[in-house]
Amino acid sequence: MIEIENVRKSFGALEVLKGINLTVAKGEVLTVIGGSGSGKSTLLTCINGLEPIDSGRILVDGVEVHAKSTDLNKLRQKIGIVFQQWNAFPHLTVLENVMLAQVKVLKRSKAEAEAEAAKQLNHVGLGEKMSVYPSRLSGGQQQRMAIARALAMSPDYMLFDEVTSALDPQLVGEVLDTLRMLASEGMTMICVTHEMKFAREVSDRVAFFHKGVMAEIAPPEQLFGAPKDPELQKFLAATH
Amino acid sequence: MFDTALTTNDLIFLAQGAGMTLVVTAISVFFGTILGIIFGVIRYQVGPWWAAPLTFVLDVFRSIPLLIQLVLANAFVTTVLGWRISGFTVACGVLSLYTAAYCAEIVRGGIEAVPATLRRAARSLGMTWGQDMTYVVLPLATRVALPSWIGLALGVMKDSALVYIVQVVELLKSTQILITRLQEPLFLLMICGLFYFLISFPIARLGGYLEKRWSND
Repeated sequence: MIEIENVRKSFGALEVLKGINLTVAKGEVLTVIGGSGSGKSTLLTCINGLEPIDSGRILVDGVEVHAKSTDLNKLRQKIGIVFQQWNAFPHLTVLENVMLAQVKVLKRSKAEAEAEAAKQLNHVGLGEKMSVYPSRLSGGQQQRMAIARALAMSPDYMLFDEVTSALDPQLVGEVLDTLRMLASEGMTMICVTHEMKFAREVSDRVAFFHKGVMAEIAPPEQLFGAPKDPELQKFLAATH
Repeated sequence: MFDTALTTNDLIFLAQGAGMTLVVTAISVFFGTILGIIFGVIRYQVGPWWAAPLTFVLDVFRSIPLLIQLVLANAFVTTVLGWRISGFTVACGVLSLYTAAYCAEIVRGGIEAVPATLRRAARSLGMTWGQDMTYVVLPLATRVALPSWIGLALGVMKDSALVYIVQVVELLKSTQILITRLQEPLFLLMICGLFYFLISFPIARLGGYLEKRWSND
């Protein structure tokens, strides 16, 4: 379970998170929508401790992320995150990309790591591409590789930060299909996205962020069907 | 017909000088690179403000002509400190620091060339700072830094000719000794240049080879 309690965060004078309260249960798929600068991506990077917070606290399975005593490297093993930029390690083959952290962080043997990497790469449909370098892959394939790389760490939670935003339109589908597959397998996921159709289909709940505030959170049929917040109504009108 | 007083023994004498050039260069580039990596990482890691004293010292080594550094360092350690150390040791010490000063900049540039988002991805997989540095930053920065580093190594080899000032008989000094005796400056300098080329060429080719190999990624 991820518990976010009254989290505030500023970049200089700009307050990007103004007291967020949110709980994500095991197995839940939460999507977060909202305009740029609404703080939704910042929240994800705070959840796995890549960004410090100013006040409040975030608990992952009862462990406080920003407590001094918390071993962040250990905590991050159970929270996979995939970013907008796909961030393949260019000097390693696709297979080695997915093996590296398994071997160095989880201390798996080469054979174990390779088996797990092959399994995850097959899972995201990259079984044929294991021995090539990332520069030979399309954006969509690189992004699926990044997902496989995160999944190979056997995380309990997956965070997706606008993973389709940097892709050519015709490549968005294959990545969303991968996310749909994960959702259907019961992975606990928080997806920050601009893909409304996707949010409507896969989410258990959808949260709308506006200027650092979580303005509304509801199941998708309710949030999209009968939005209450006036900013959300405007946002939905603009994106349709 | 071409006539020279150069004997086989003189050629051996030149080869010994070339050997000395090679040894001084190898030692200086080796220790200079290690120090340069350490200084470069420190400069990158602590930011410009805290690194200012280190940056200043490195700038001093980069700005003052090597010849002056050698003379002053030699005078300092032998006269002021009173150490009984050889010119060879002084030469290697000064050249190492000189190399390190340039290498630190190359290393810093290499690290900065690795995108921050890539490093964030590495950390998000649970890798520590050290693991990120070792398995992601180091290999990528090396590819970026290699051409400059090869250039530095070749430059240091040629600059090492200046260590004659602390009584180290390297290739150029050996040549000068022969010129004084045989009075055949142009011919001897040609041979000397050939020796330098024979030492440099493999280093330059190694660089080209590695660049080509890594560009396949």
